[in-house]
Amino acid sequence: MVSAVMSAAEPKAVRRKAWLTNINAWLLLLPAIVLLAAFTHYPILATLYHSFFSLSRGGASEFVGLENYTYMLEDDVFWQVLRNNIVFAIATVPTSIALALLMAVWVDKKMAGRSFLRLAFFTPTVLPMIAVANIWLFFYTPDYGLLDQLLKSLGFSGHNWLGDPSTVMTCLAVMVVWKEAGFFMIFYLAALQTIPPELKEAAEVEGASRWYFFRRVTLPLLMPTTLFISINALINSFKLVDQLVIMTKGGPNNASSLLLYYIYEVAFTFQDTAFAATLTVTLITILAAVALTKFVYLDRRIHYQ
Amino acid sequence: MRHKGHSVETIAAWVLALLWLLPLVYSLWSAFHPSEYATRFDITAPLTLDNFIRAWNQAPFARYYLNTLMLVSLVLAGQLIVSTLAAYAFARFRFFGREVLFALVLVQLMIMPDVLIVENYRVISALNLLDTIPAIALPYIASAFGIFLLRQTFKSVPNELVEAARVEGASSFGVLWRVFVPLGKTTYIAFGLVSVSYHWNNFLWPLIVTNSVESRPLTVGLAVFGAPETGVDWSVITAATVMTMAPLLLAFLLFQRQFVQSFMRAGIR
Repeated sequence: MVSAVMSAAEPKAVRRKAWLTNINAWLLLLPAIVLLAAFTHYPILATLYHSFFSLSRGGASEFVGLENYTYMLEDDVFWQVLRNNIVFAIATVPTSIALALLMAVWVDKKMAGRSFLRLAFFTPTVLPMIAVANIWLFFYTPDYGLLDQLLKSLGFSGHNWLGDPSTVMTCLAVMVVWKEAGFFMIFYLAALQTIPPELKEAAEVEGASRWYFFRRVTLPLLMPTTLFISINALINSFKLVDQLVIMTKGGPNNASSLLLYYIYEVAFTFQDTAFAATLTVTLITILAAVALTKFVYLDRRIHYQ
Repeated sequence: MRHKGHSVETIAAWVLALLWLLPLVYSLWSAFHPSEYATRFDITAPLTLDNFIRAWNQAPFARYYLNTLMLVSLVLAGQLIVSTLAAYAFARFRFFGREVLFALVLVQLMIMPDVLIVENYRVISALNLLDTIPAIALPYIASAFGIFLLRQTFKSVPNELVEAARVEGASSFGVLWRVFVPLGKTTYIAFGLVSVSYHWNNFLWPLIVTNSVESRPLTVGLAVFGAPETGVDWSVITAATVMTMAPLLLAFLLFQRQFVQSFMRAGIR
């Protein structure tokens, strides 16, 4: 700002001022730069670096080229957690979005008790995942748990929901949708409130049905919001692993393990930091790809509007 | 016909809302009733605080509360100072390397400290900080998100206000303190609420870097307490769970509008 005004009359004073501006700005940024370098940039580079080295248990670590990566590609568990993560994303992202949209449409209408509805839908968002996991763990507990008690009272037999590889992912997905949908609802709510009411009035005059209006006007106008939420939900599906620590520890037989949880296990249970670094590079690549898609696609779209 | 459609929808909305509250209501039920009523829903069941008293006595929850409070205050104070200074530089100064530096800040929006657990553990251990509260806080103090939000806010401050303050003889730090900070109030509140909620609830990183009662936050304390190996009674675990979520939940119920608006502002950017 200040150095922008350059006058030829006093070049020396101006240059001094530009110097001061630079020093001032860099001093203001210093704390942020140091901390970001120490806990973001250096760790990213160090992860990459360590993924090319062998594990140094006692001795010195050696450069092994792509050996860790070959090992990763031959590791069945890696492929399984990656597949789990994709299944988890496919199971949670569209469901939370659809529910969020439904909730937002309801809360946006002049409906009896709409502030109560909003409260009910949003509350799970502010709860710690670890507390949520504790509560849901009891729902899914075999025999003694709430779900099994309910089934038994209806005459069905119980089931070990979290102990069965074929049901564990669904159980976790239901819980995560419950926790996340209300959070995404508020973005739809904000977007719905920007749709001019005249549009609706005009459509009513034209005799368009509510469903037609929703499909042809509301939904397209909400498109940027939907994209924004999808990207965030997708990133979350790679970041959310707290529940696994409490509920399944990734089991049975890695059936519910996700990439970040596997990294945690490999690094802190098996103490194999070289392989954990290799897995982290994979996770970083996925997150960067998602973020770049967002940057190229979403941000440009919003720009045009 | 029209009215009928509306009432059906209202009923559906209410059913979903009640279903959504069910897990929470259930946890309250179980926490405030004797354990033999954990799955027996009898209106006449006696209310009790016994589960809370037992949880409180069986694990150092007072200490966990204190740790969490220290953690969220430390993170928030650090974030506010660091982001304010950085955002001011990005919004109001033209200097060498501005674009590159800003891009480097944005990297953290993409790759958050939450996924860099392995290397951050090494950094923290090299700094000799393992098992301390600053160890949990440090990776989050420089927040790209906070810098980004505040930069947007500071950019919209009218130039006339800055000029006026300068005429009155304010230094660039004085301008920041007397013009920018007061005008950023809503952003500060939004960012603050999101940050406190996030760090009150954060779990994996604190679990990794802490190892003792003196540094464990509530979430980790709850996980240790509720582990199946401990064989603690289910109702007592729920009481502990309710204790962990209560402060944030109460704050949310009291300041609902601010919470929703803050999360929205912070999310939309």
